[in-house]
Amino acid sequence: MDWQALNVSLLLAGLTALILTPVGVFIARKLAWSRFTGRNFIQALIALPLILPPTVLGFYLMISLGELSPAGRFYEAVAGESLVFSFEGILIASIIFNIPFAVQPVQRSFESIPINVREAAWCSGLSGWQTFWRIELPLAWPGIVSAGILTIAHTLGEFGVVLMVGGNLAGETRTVAIAIYDRVQAFDNAGAATMSAALLMISLLSITLIYFLTDRAGHHERR
Amino acid sequence: MKDAESIQVRLQQTGPIPLDVSLSCNTGEILVILGPSGSGKTTILRAVSGLYTPAAGNIRCHGEQWLDTAAGVNLPVQQRRIGMVFQHYALFPHKTALQNIMIALQRQMPGSRHDSAEKLLRIMNMEGLGERYPHQLSGGQQQRVALARALARDPGVLLLDEPFSAVDQQTRRKLVRELVTLRQQFRWPVIHVTHDLNEARRIADRLCVIHRGKTLQSDTPDQVMNHPDNADVASLIGHYNIFSARVIEHDHDAGTTRLEWNGHTLDAPHRPGFGVNEETDWVIPSDSIILHRRDRPSRGERENPVKGHIEELVPLGENTSVTMATGRNQSLYLTVPTHVARRNKLSQGGDIAVSLLSESIHLMKKIRR
Repeated sequence: MDWQALNVSLLLAGLTALILTPVGVFIARKLAWSRFTGRNFIQALIALPLILPPTVLGFYLMISLGELSPAGRFYEAVAGESLVFSFEGILIASIIFNIPFAVQPVQRSFESIPINVREAAWCSGLSGWQTFWRIELPLAWPGIVSAGILTIAHTLGEFGVVLMVGGNLAGETRTVAIAIYDRVQAFDNAGAATMSAALLMISLLSITLIYFLTDRAGHHERR
Repeated sequence: MKDAESIQVRLQQTGPIPLDVSLSCNTGEILVILGPSGSGKTTILRAVSGLYTPAAGNIRCHGEQWLDTAAGVNLPVQQRRIGMVFQHYALFPHKTALQNIMIALQRQMPGSRHDSAEKLLRIMNMEGLGERYPHQLSGGQQQRVALARALARDPGVLLLDEPFSAVDQQTRRKLVRELVTLRQQFRWPVIHVTHDLNEARRIADRLCVIHRGKTLQSDTPDQVMNHPDNADVASLIGHYNIFSARVIEHDHDAGTTRLEWNGHTLDAPHRPGFGVNEETDWVIPSDSIILHRRDRPSRGERENPVKGHIEELVPLGENTSVTMATGRNQSLYLTVPTHVARRNKLSQGGDIAVSLLSESIHLMKKIRR
């Protein structure tokens, strides 16, 4: 077991979920309840990482974060190091390719809250902000937790994008998924098997947890 | 806008939902807004609550200006002291009955909210059910929690949006009775929206008939039922026998106004406000059309007699609905007890004679469209 790789993976997954969850809630809520020009285009853009080959996404990210891009140059001027082949680089890539996982479940959750329930909160004297905290957020909670779990699980399993943007630097950009590939390349099937089993268990547990939470949420709304 | 103890509402706009509404409701009064689906009833409630802003309007409640579009006043919903009960209750599904009510008690000190919510549950005959979640309550119980939540804010006006539409008949009767009793106890103005005529008649102190966003008539239920302002109102409150006629003469001494209708001369109560030769609409309730009995003719048959044949005969349990063709495509609708229909051998296509009770004929000004 490559503990260093697991460490990178967990840190990457945790930070991605931490940063992406509030952003996901904001975008999802907007998409669920507002109708504006370009809404469908934005939804398509958000869903894009789901269907795009990771290498394509990785390629564009590598170019746009690279030393020749304005973002890459800016980052290098400020931080003194390159974004590509760095942990920060794969974190940005991870945030971008996880957007659909962080937004879509939350959007579905917000959409399932009847407008009357929010109106009832306002009629009960709750401000928009109070309604968000006390009514909307608890009702959307299963979706938010699902999004968090999916983001973490998906980040742990991502391979192509991370490899394109971050390469395979031990302790910096080598995640478990890359380490597995690395082990297989080195004919260390036993090492690859341990890590594969670990990823398999984490993924299975995550999905089970999501089903469990969705079931519980459905229980509340049954009439 | 003289009565500081009540709510006055004026709303006007041409679209997207046309509104031309003027209504008021006094303290302790139940005003029922009656209209078909899509007539704008719910929009009126939403405008009063602040959930919808009309193009032009003025709403004043207990001397407080909630909306005055001309002066740019538009109080947000949170600042309008309203109690709103939604059609499907809109309870917070993740909160218990008690917590649902406590949410609306924000103005109280946190320590006293629980007791106040318990008290409201007691008033609603919901003692002991405070810890249940909405999905663990029956439709009637959910409705009571929704009402308790609406009352928790000590509302200046109680707004009820078809609150009884989602419960069975028996529960509905019970809830209606409870609402009327509560009203006597608390005396808020209540604006109640429904499309159910029977419900409206049972609970309304005043009935406001609305059609295509326009208030057509606002009066006591009896007055609206027996003296609708025009043919539209008559039709909306369930009258079938609405016709056009021409005024022939007024007989001041006999206290009658004589009409020419469909080849018949009809006597109606004296209405000098209608000019001779004026085209007018008139209406008669189905139960004021009296069947002439074949076996026992009576003197009453001389009152506005009309003859024709039976176009349709539909037995509906105890009563039978009769459609009677009187010529020139004018049909009268009446209901007779089924045993009477049988005894008088009424049959489809057969002859029939009836009397139109003159005191029940109500004349209405023609609608200028």
